[in-house]
Amino acid sequence: MAGKPKLHYFNMRGRMESIRWLLAAAGEEFEEKFIDTPDDLKKLKKDGCLMFQQVPMVEIDGMKLVQSRAILNYIAAKYNLYGKDIKERALIDMYIEGVADLNEMIMLLPGCPRDQKDAKITQIKEKTTNRYFPAFEKVLKSHGQDYLVGNTLSRADIQLVELLYSVEELDSSLLANFPLLKALKTMISNLPTVKKFLQPGSQRKPPLDEKAIEEARKVWKF
Amino acid sequence: MAGKPKLHYFDGRGRLDSILWLLAAAGVEFEEKFIETSKDLEKLRNDGSLMFQQVPMVEIDGMKLVQCRAILSYIAAKYNLYGKDIKERALIDMYVEGVADMNEMFIFLLITPPDEKGAKIAQIKEKAANRYFPAFEKVLKSHGQDYLVGNTLSRADIQLVELLYSVEELDPGILANFPLLKALKTRISNIPTVKKFLQPGSPRKPPMDEKCLLKVKEIFQL
Repeated sequence: MAGKPKLHYFNMRGRMESIRWLLAAAGEEFEEKFIDTPDDLKKLKKDGCLMFQQVPMVEIDGMKLVQSRAILNYIAAKYNLYGKDIKERALIDMYIEGVADLNEMIMLLPGCPRDQKDAKITQIKEKTTNRYFPAFEKVLKSHGQDYLVGNTLSRADIQLVELLYSVEELDSSLLANFPLLKALKTMISNLPTVKKFLQPGSQRKPPLDEKAIEEARKVWKF
Repeated sequence: MAGKPKLHYFDGRGRLDSILWLLAAAGVEFEEKFIETSKDLEKLRNDGSLMFQQVPMVEIDGMKLVQCRAILSYIAAKYNLYGKDIKERALIDMYVEGVADMNEMFIFLLITPPDEKGAKIAQIKEKAANRYFPAFEKVLKSHGQDYLVGNTLSRADIQLVELLYSVEELDPGILANFPLLKALKTRISNIPTVKKFLQPGSPRKPPMDEKCLLKVKEIFQL
């Protein structure tokens, strides 16, 4: 088990950000090797490092893992953030897959054609307030415990709070009617490892702005 | 742990197929409650049975699980088809996520307009032949064992073979260049539980036809 995990991705959130959050929350230091040009990506492919020719890829414990879910599952299991038995894991999986569905919509927003953007944003806000946030608020209300599953911190709490921050960036008013989600966000944000990750200078990546998207379009020609 | 698992979905492959295959391969008997109309779906939603208002939903071991990955992971873990430790699970996850990416292309094919279907099918064949099948052939070649991971049957073998059948329906000769995948397909197909599932009269669903597609559009108001 030599050395820190090494993350291969672009210098942006994308599909690597949830992995950064989980490693950070688990208190695991990691290195990042940024893919800055098409040649960088070509080299990784040529070296046979990417099972399906895609990133993210994480070098961890002697493996070169691709597929964000495989990576997240491994980290969660390794750091005991995946529940105590298969039933707790089933609940955690159900919750994080809901988080992933909403996150996917938000993640794809920068690449959305300008004339479709407003409609997409409306759709995201609608799904957030009518489907996803009520579902998670209901879970917390149903057992009255601090954490989503098993009265213990798990990846579900961390990945949900990551989502809450992303949604807040889109529209800070969306969290208003969800007091238990708000409380979860505060509690998780105050965990020492998460608090550190939320501070400037950490490996957390900023949201993509128009300038960054334009730069990316030039380099990657899309 | 009362009764058989109960699967809620429409009578077609869609996102339930992998779950059917895994339950069948594990030798688990199950019931199916088909959603025939949008009213059926509305009822499930109003009953609060669907955490994110979506199907598939599987009632199993006292839980109402949604999200395919949550359902598949639970079944795999319960029936010892998920590797012996977290590292084997990481490999299995990486492989099944690659399979899932290909399966997603089939899902999108369903809602692709007729004039774009040809291009989509060509894309599926290309990805299978140039990205995914070579990756899995390479895994089998690298260790020379009968199964993808840990020299033991796992969900990875079952889910990959399910994909091989799907792609073959589009391109019958595709396995010609992948002898180890062909051998895996034969081996898995001969497992008594899988053999039974592949026979007529089993719960296995045929490819989507126009009639089924119309029904699906009505159910989901597409």
